Amino acid sequence: MGREAWSLWEVFVRSRAGLAHQHVGSLHAADAEMALENARDVYTRRGEGASLWVVPATAIVASDPADSSSFFALDEEFRHPTHYVVPDGVTGI
Amino acid sequence: MGDHSVEALLRVGDSCLVLAQRLTGWCGHAPALEEDIALANIALDVLGHARGLLTRAGELEGAGRDEDALAYLRGAEEFRNLLLVEQPNGDFAHTVVRQFLFDAWTAELWKGLAESSDEVVAGIAEKAAKESAYHVRHSSGWVVRLGDGTEESHRRMLAALEDLWPYAGEAFLDDEVDVAAVEARLVPLPSSLEKPWRARVSYVLEEATLPVPPDPWWQRGGRQGRHSEHLSYLLAEMQVVHRAHPGVQW
Repeated sequence: MGREAWSLWEVFVRSRAGLAHQHVGSLHAADAEMALENARDVYTRRGEGASLWVVPATAIVASDPADSSSFFALDEEFRHPTHYVVPDGVTGI
Repeated sequence: MGDHSVEALLRVGDSCLVLAQRLTGWCGHAPALEEDIALANIALDVLGHARGLLTRAGELEGAGRDEDALAYLRGAEEFRNLLLVEQPNGDFAHTVVRQFLFDAWTAELWKGLAESSDEVVAGIAEKAAKESAYHVRHSSGWVVRLGDGTEESHRRMLAALEDLWPYAGEAFLDDEVDVAAVEARLVPLPSSLEKPWRARVSYVLEEATLPVPPDPWWQRGGRQGRHSEHLSYLLAEMQVVHRAHPGVQW
């Protein structure tokens, strides 16, 4: 079996119920079932996860790094909630 | 507890230990990185089963032998593993077929051992059952993929099945040790596992478009300490460090 026959999959792990699935890496597999088993073996060996997603890498739509200066709000500092004075005694923030 | 208890546990524990050693031979050599890690995971699981059973066998024996003494300081004729697991790794098809035949056996074996009158053994079996359930899923998947794969993979799987099938039946041949251990309700009777094992093997092989080979004269003797020449080489490699540096730890 040639490696070229195995497609690339992105792997997402949810560490416990209530949290979001986080991207942890990628792997190669021949189909969805093998991708799930490989993800289990490669990324959850030490009990890292309670749930796994595998997604064909071709299904990911990515932004273009060349566009990042116009695409992302890099200079809009006013959007950061850092200009407030938090009164003494306020907790829970 | 009599000698039959120790023998019966070694038959299972040694089979796990020798297979784990075989599987580690793939480390860094498997056909794909992902499968390399999968085989190493399985090897570690199976080694864990061996450690538990050897430790318990040593306790029941009462001669002061721990898991290391049993694993590293016995000769080939003192091992009680199935002949199946000492067979060489061969190509990936041989490893897959050997693993599948073994996993289909342990999947039934742990169910029986979970009912053992020995609570330690029952505990080991209960944990092992969960791990083996994954192993058999993994190896069944490969049997189907390669059996019903390309012309080349099908041919290799046929060859592997032909080579290894004569070793498949040993696990189900009862002898007086088994009967005594069953009377003590320590282990299930080997022959009682054959029917569900065959059902699973037939189902998966059919899915894989591979024929179930006709029953040959089953190769036997491993469980009584009579082994093929392969085991001595395997043990030499496995035991060399411990024998050169007794009690070494790192």
